[in-house]
Amino acid sequence: MSVLVNVEGVSQRFTPFLSIGERIAATFGSNVETRTVHAVDNVSLQIVRGEVLGLVGESGCGKSTLGRIITGILAPTEGCAMIENEPVMGRARSPIKTTTRVQMVFQDPFASLDPRMRIGDIVAEGPIAHGFVTKAGAGAYVSTWLAAVGLSADASDRYPHQFSGGQRQRIAIARALAMKPDVLVCDEPVASLDVSIQAQIINLFLQLRREFELTMLFISHDLGVVRHVSDRVAIMYLGRIVETGRTAEVYAAPKHPYTRALLDSVPKLVLEDDSLVTFRAIKGELPSPLSPPSGCHFHLRCPKAAARCLADVPRLAATGAERQAACHFPLEY
Amino acid sequence: MSADLLQVRDLATYFFTKGGVVKAVDGVSFDVGEGEVVGLVGESGSGKTVTGFSILGLVDPPGKVVAGSVKLQGKELVGADHADLRRLRGRRMAMVFQDPSTTLNPVLSIGTQMRLALQAHERISSTAARDRSIAVLTVVGIPDAGRRLDAYPHQFSGGMRQRVAIAIALLNRPALIVCDEPTTALDVSIQAQILTEMRSLARDFGTALIWISHDLATVSSIASRILVMYAGRLIEEGPTAAVLRAPRHPYTSGLLNSLPSNAIAGRDLVQIPGSTPSLLQLPRGCAFAPRCRNADDRCTVAPELVRSGLRALRCHHPMAAEVSA
Repeated sequence: MSVLVNVEGVSQRFTPFLSIGERIAATFGSNVETRTVHAVDNVSLQIVRGEVLGLVGESGCGKSTLGRIITGILAPTEGCAMIENEPVMGRARSPIKTTTRVQMVFQDPFASLDPRMRIGDIVAEGPIAHGFVTKAGAGAYVSTWLAAVGLSADASDRYPHQFSGGQRQRIAIARALAMKPDVLVCDEPVASLDVSIQAQIINLFLQLRREFELTMLFISHDLGVVRHVSDRVAIMYLGRIVETGRTAEVYAAPKHPYTRALLDSVPKLVLEDDSLVTFRAIKGELPSPLSPPSGCHFHLRCPKAAARCLADVPRLAATGAERQAACHFPLEY
Repeated sequence: MSADLLQVRDLATYFFTKGGVVKAVDGVSFDVGEGEVVGLVGESGSGKTVTGFSILGLVDPPGKVVAGSVKLQGKELVGADHADLRRLRGRRMAMVFQDPSTTLNPVLSIGTQMRLALQAHERISSTAARDRSIAVLTVVGIPDAGRRLDAYPHQFSGGMRQRVAIAIALLNRPALIVCDEPTTALDVSIQAQILTEMRSLARDFGTALIWISHDLATVSSIASRILVMYAGRLIEEGPTAAVLRAPRHPYTSGLLNSLPSNAIAGRDLVQIPGSTPSLLQLPRGCAFAPRCRNADDRCTVAPELVRSGLRALRCHHPMAAEVSA
């Protein structure tokens, strides 16, 4: 097993850009937003070649930001994302992405495809720019990739609006795969699709993974989908990874109280006639990432929180083979 | 079941567009009993939201309720004049929409919006309206309601905004609330809170709910009866647990098989081939036939909705009935 993706101590802070006037106003107590958002806070993770890592969390937890850092869309404030010791980002003063080995599939196929470009041009643009294929050979190249995602070659001449949501997501996947990436980062790729179409796209991912031996980071808030497609999961809460491990083990016996609560919150199909299921709903709201709680970010909502959780940030520590949890009082079974 | 609160009969809502007539809802009939929670399930374009809008008389041109009847507590709503409908909306029936960030007025404080909702239906002083609003906000789980009343929608989180929208719907204690995907835009942990609260609110207030959703799991945890829609028609109906345990319509069965939670991790899901048909070019006969593995020549003739006991089904070739143990 060789580590393909290596993320080391990555942090991403977003500080609002203030004009001089706004800065003066802020010193005099105007309510100009000056606080910094710690979207990702010192995250390290590895993805082994051929593995699918599921990245789970609620909105605002930083999962998409982390995905964008790994893809090289965002330059992290600290730390580095690498593919086999090759940084995804160059080290210039205004860093740009220096590799084509990682590609992304976005959530909303209605926003991620240029409405004025033909499908053939959308898929061929990257490969031509990077010299994977000549302009003359692009047509055949595009057809191969369209076939791989289950679309016919005549799709090339059509525009995105002529396709349904599921078909557009197939096009987006073909565009990513046409760059022959080692790593595919998928940011909520099925969240905007209907259930029956979602199943088709999940099956496509499973099939492509077998065919091309893809390594994937699969970002989703849907615990059911993640359980189905990923070998390993990482759970994020307010910018930090709180638990990682093999999917089946984490789902069966979560160590972090947040993971437990998240799993308990998912509505399950109720097949009994008396449908009085009780959720053990997590109390409270997600705190604002502008002013996260001290110590363990989850302590406000945690049933096991103690004095120590307010002061000390728990580190991600091994709790078993291939398992880690960032909790002072991990759950025992 | 208690006396019928809502009777929908042969409801048809069409949209007259440049491209042709879109039959968004095409002959839908169902009842809702007092205090009953009914789940209305379907994928996008199935007509579930338009059904909800049609009940409240919220369909705007180019859409129109072209046929059928909707009776709330015996009063016919289809064709009722606007003033009558305005008197009923908010007081007898209310709606909670999917996206709370677009349904609340951004320039009015929550307190003002709630006062206006109350004063639309009764003469009530501002102080009394304030007290009533605080009481309802507390019921839906908004802490420190007295102070939050003066806040504006943007100062609330998504989950809190949806609670406010629910509070406004509950203000006049309506007999029926139509909830259109009220938890879809929310995180799972907040969704679980709202589901739990809505269920107990419906029970405590005796309010009937029509819970519109694409998510079978959510519906199964709140609704006692389920209605499944496909391409503008009801295709299956019955007690939630019975339908989900042994679906008779191949579409319902296919939807259940599409859920990753029902499958072995890593195995291919049993998928429904193809995609939902355009409502402008519906296939002849059964709209599901082109995607259906049971389909044959008979399916070119549209099946009728056949009722037997608590269940109803629109299919020529249903899945095998549950073998009783």
